[in-house]
Amino acid sequence: MNTALITQNFPKVIWEDASQSFVVSSADLIEVVYFLKSSPDLAMDFVSNVAGVDWLARQEKVKNADGTETEMEKPGYLEVVYHFFSMAKKQGPVALRCRTNRENPIVPSITPIFRGAEFQEREIYDLYGIRFSGHPDLRRILMWDEFQDYPMRKDYKEPDDYEWEPTPHDEVLEKSKQHASKSSS
Amino acid sequence: MIPTLPETFDAASAEQPLYGPRSYQVLSGNDLGTQLLEISMGPQHPSTHGVFRMDVVLDGEEVVKLKPVFGYLHRNHEQLAEKTSYLGSMPYTDRLDYFCSMTNNWAYAHAVEKLAAIEVPERAEYIRVIMAELTRLVNHTCLIGFMVNDLGALGTPLIYAFREREKILDIFEAVSGGRMMCNYMRFGGVRVDLTSQDLKRISMIVDNYPYFLDEFEKLLTGNEILMSRCQGVGVLSKELAINASITGPMLRASGVDYDIRKVDKYGIYERFDFRVPIGDHGDVYDRYMIRVLEMRESIKILKQALKQFPSAGDFINPNVKLRNFRPKAGEVYGRIESPKGELGFYLVSGGGTMPYRYHVRAPSFINLTILEDMCLGEKVADVIVILGAVDIVLGEVDR
Repeated sequence: MNTALITQNFPKVIWEDASQSFVVSSADLIEVVYFLKSSPDLAMDFVSNVAGVDWLARQEKVKNADGTETEMEKPGYLEVVYHFFSMAKKQGPVALRCRTNRENPIVPSITPIFRGAEFQEREIYDLYGIRFSGHPDLRRILMWDEFQDYPMRKDYKEPDDYEWEPTPHDEVLEKSKQHASKSSS
Repeated sequence: MIPTLPETFDAASAEQPLYGPRSYQVLSGNDLGTQLLEISMGPQHPSTHGVFRMDVVLDGEEVVKLKPVFGYLHRNHEQLAEKTSYLGSMPYTDRLDYFCSMTNNWAYAHAVEKLAAIEVPERAEYIRVIMAELTRLVNHTCLIGFMVNDLGALGTPLIYAFREREKILDIFEAVSGGRMMCNYMRFGGVRVDLTSQDLKRISMIVDNYPYFLDEFEKLLTGNEILMSRCQGVGVLSKELAINASITGPMLRASGVDYDIRKVDKYGIYERFDFRVPIGDHGDVYDRYMIRVLEMRESIKILKQALKQFPSAGDFINPNVKLRNFRPKAGEVYGRIESPKGELGFYLVSGGGTMPYRYHVRAPSFINLTILEDMCLGEKVADVIVILGAVDIVLGEVDR
């Protein structure tokens, strides 16, 4: 399997060695996915797994040219990871990851190309809040429709009334103070 | 009062919201002007195999639209696993697909072993294969029992299936302590070794299983009612099956030769001689037949595994740490062929004791994608059978 074909055809796609996957921008995603499916050498006709990952902003040490280290804030992001296999040629996987910001996350939907992504994208929308543009039926799938937050995000805080309290007191009230501003917004 | 309708209105293609107010007033091809009927099948319906709901729009008896609704059993399994140690989520994997806890354990152990580059001793690999194939027998036998139950054969075939299942669950109980919640696999092997007595009991079951299958098939395979209810019902084309990521017996019933035991050759499956049954109609009957044939192949694998079973050796890799187990940072996607399809675990490790990301690729969740496509145009009674043949377990769908 010649995965170099992907970087040859799409120079903007970056191979990330640490995660053994290709990093694709959301502008290129549809074209790359379509290429994976239609290329006779790769023939990736089966999208096995679509998963969301949340990366919070974190401090990272960056080495300068003179050997000193400075701390840089690396902004957080959400990403969608796709694992493609080929049923025709029995090869794979090819992993793609598409990154998007945490504030207004939008990733193009691959459901028009692969039906198999339909429920998995809905699940990611449900649990991570990534909106998939072009998805035919983007609704919550596991949580109920009225649910507000995205529970799989790393900074998710469970609401105070996760267990019904007739008269909230002590601990519960303390806890609600901690994120009172969040619930009011 | 019934609102007036446009002259031409195609119910199947019209985009209507599934929730909120709407009006159904259609009729194509029928001069009577009857109304469409929207019914909610489930969540407490005996044949939805758990808390699962289908929002079905019917034109008389025919299905015009169907949307599966689930999540009633959602407990955010993935987040629970991200807040506990790697080994800590092993017992939780039992609760995914509670018919096949052995294969769930194996899939998770397989992914972690890939992540941390752990070697599995040969004896453990054999034990795993034996347990996984016994699980396949349990799952397929029960599924056929449930499916025939959905057809209206109340009780009898299901009790036959449960009788055989209980014999295998006794083995699981003997080796792991639990009938269904086995929690049996560990990273680098299994928790408890098999004794020679266990092996004897297993080989007795394996030797007798073909007789049960013959009896079961005599009741069902040539049964006129089963054939007329299942043949040509819920047809799924090969192209759609591949495109919609369908895996497992569902995919193979549609005529695609794709079995991860053969493709990935994980574990020691390349040592066994077995065939992959393929259907050619892609209907419910093929799905039934594929499962029967797969059980016969599983028996073949079991016989070979018992024959080749190494008499000595480790059942777990002694170098794997149980406490403070920290795989190095990285990510992995490990998958096995569970009885329901491709069960995969996607793990991201940040180098700590807990996985940074833990995702389950649940086969029956994804196999539900095409439920609507299979049911459109079918009678409402057949929806039950089509759903039964998909083989869902809500513990895994809802996670």
